[in-house]
Amino acid sequence: MDFEIPRIPLAEWCDVALDWATEHFSGVTRALSAVVGTAIESSTDFLVGLPPWLVILGCGLLVWRLTTWRIALGTVLGFAFLWNLELWRATLQSLVLVLVSTLFALAIGIPIGVAAALSKRFWRIVGPALDMMQTMPSFVYLIPAIPFFGLGAVSACFATIVFAMPPTIRLTALGILQTPPELVEAADAFGSSRWQKLFKIQLPLAIPTIMAGVNQTIMLALSMVVIAAMIGAGGLGGEVWRAIQRLEAGQGFQAGIAIVVLAVILDRITQHIARHMRRDRQQG
Amino acid sequence: MNETQPRIRVRGLTKIFGDEAGRALPLLRAGQSRAEVQKATGAVIGLQDVSFDVAEGEILVVMGLSGSGKSTCLRCINRLIEPTAGSVHIDSTDVTALGERELMELRRTRFGMVFQQFALFPHRTIQRNVEYGLEVQGVPPAARRDKALAAIETVGLKGWDQHFPSQLSGGMQQRAGLARALALDPDVLLMDEAFSALDPLIRRDMQQELVALQKRLKKTIVFVSHDLDEAIALGGRIVLMKDGRVVQQGTAADFLANPADDYVRRFVEHIDVLGVVTAGDAMRRPAAVRPWQSTAAEALAVLTQSGEPVVTVVCEQGRFQGTVDADTLKRAGTTELRLLLSDRDAFVPRSATLNEAVARLASGRGEIAVTGPDGELFGVIANADLVAALARRRVETAH
Repeated sequence: MDFEIPRIPLAEWCDVALDWATEHFSGVTRALSAVVGTAIESSTDFLVGLPPWLVILGCGLLVWRLTTWRIALGTVLGFAFLWNLELWRATLQSLVLVLVSTLFALAIGIPIGVAAALSKRFWRIVGPALDMMQTMPSFVYLIPAIPFFGLGAVSACFATIVFAMPPTIRLTALGILQTPPELVEAADAFGSSRWQKLFKIQLPLAIPTIMAGVNQTIMLALSMVVIAAMIGAGGLGGEVWRAIQRLEAGQGFQAGIAIVVLAVILDRITQHIARHMRRDRQQG
Repeated sequence: MNETQPRIRVRGLTKIFGDEAGRALPLLRAGQSRAEVQKATGAVIGLQDVSFDVAEGEILVVMGLSGSGKSTCLRCINRLIEPTAGSVHIDSTDVTALGERELMELRRTRFGMVFQQFALFPHRTIQRNVEYGLEVQGVPPAARRDKALAAIETVGLKGWDQHFPSQLSGGMQQRAGLARALALDPDVLLMDEAFSALDPLIRRDMQQELVALQKRLKKTIVFVSHDLDEAIALGGRIVLMKDGRVVQQGTAADFLANPADDYVRRFVEHIDVLGVVTAGDAMRRPAAVRPWQSTAAEALAVLTQSGEPVVTVVCEQGRFQGTVDADTLKRAGTTELRLLLSDRDAFVPRSATLNEAVARLASGRGEIAVTGPDGELFGVIANADLVAALARRRVETAH
């Protein structure tokens, strides 16, 4: 029998779709890329241009205002350690990339989460998309990012946003859906419109849950920023990448530990804020 | 609008839960029982042909055990639950015919609702909770603050306005819940088991305060409760529900005197009879009444024949004046009764409960008068009559 089941040309389809999108949208995305890229670069350059001790003290002061002196002290010590390792520039690059990506992820993710909570039909579309975004190996996002945004920080930013956004969407939707039904009923009984109910009751009550999502998004963004070094994003990930290529185990571990330090600092700060809000909201 | 028109008119209210409501309704109307319809269609019947009126300024208690449909019934009034059939009118507005926007407007201005589990917003201070209804209406901040603080003072929470709900005890939280409803100055208060989650002592205080508040503010109140004692304490009419239908409506005393069926009888079985039966129900015609210008000798003759412990003395207009006992009469000869009077306060109004009558009886000489609004004598209650009245109720409720 020479009958043969033809292979489904999935890869070819993906290529066709991608080529089509590139052809039609890359003009826009390249322009966007130029703007965002310049913003990222210039803010990184600005921070790198400042004396490191000033930046470290500034961060310490900000963290102290937002959280506790313990976490502030940890932040100052951690940053000083990274400076001492001569990874200061790389640290700032990674930090800026994480913060910019997170900002975008929240700006897109929170409205999607709200819409998903309000419309069951929309949730049925978003749910599987989120599953796909999270299970797809994160490297894959890097490939299509290049034709749209070119090599460098903006592609890294794009891939990071896609990879890090799902927890924010999920937890925003969850937080809103978890509003106690008796409170929704009370809001209805007093004649609230749909938007009044959302902005006065559901969203404020969901904030602690949303903050937990923000924390996860930041952590995922950090892990992705490291991987994005493969397409020239630089930063601490770049240091690791270089160490791999040159088989320098010591350099690799040093950069790896630096990433851990940065992760711990970001995690403690956001967790503290999330916890504080929960207490604030629910016990006054 | 004439005065006799009820504030709320509920007619033929029916609620069928489930997707099969359309199929179940004709079956129900054709006279099939709740169980039959449920078996045939899978639809659950929450309310079936419920009708009642609530007069302006009245406290109506909708009562029943859990699952009787009383909460569903309350929520159909402001359409938190959409009724399947029937109508609800508030004054001349047909609530069931309103569109979404009009319904929202109606909820904002005419209904205040109080919930069993308080349902205060945990992220808002008491003041901001109480302001909520006004905020939704779009009242400017300064005005709604003033109204909120006034409502908070009305319910006795002055000084707690900047606290959060979780910092308050259950009783105080429900006061805040009441303030939130009152701040709107609504015509109608809907109260869903409002005091059921509170400790018994606090519950009783709240019931008394609600009655006092109602006397002052003249709100129309629909109060859902599973507790007959609560219904009696609130003192209004009762709509008793079972399996989604109205079994009987009337006062607690009506339920006692003429229970519609065994269910009602069982419901009122453990009722505190002394708190429900009135002096008017228990009194009888006095056998020894004399006008106050009669002489003691005449009165003594009447008294000895009658078997009463005392002579009841009235004035020319028939108003109760006091009593005179046999010993005094024997010593007084031909003196006029008006000079011999004692126990001038040994009377209770006809509407008083037996509890009050018992207290009077205990301090008197075995008999008290029952009077009308102007003090006119209607009847008397002696110790024996009280026992007879109680025995009669026992027999009625024992079956």
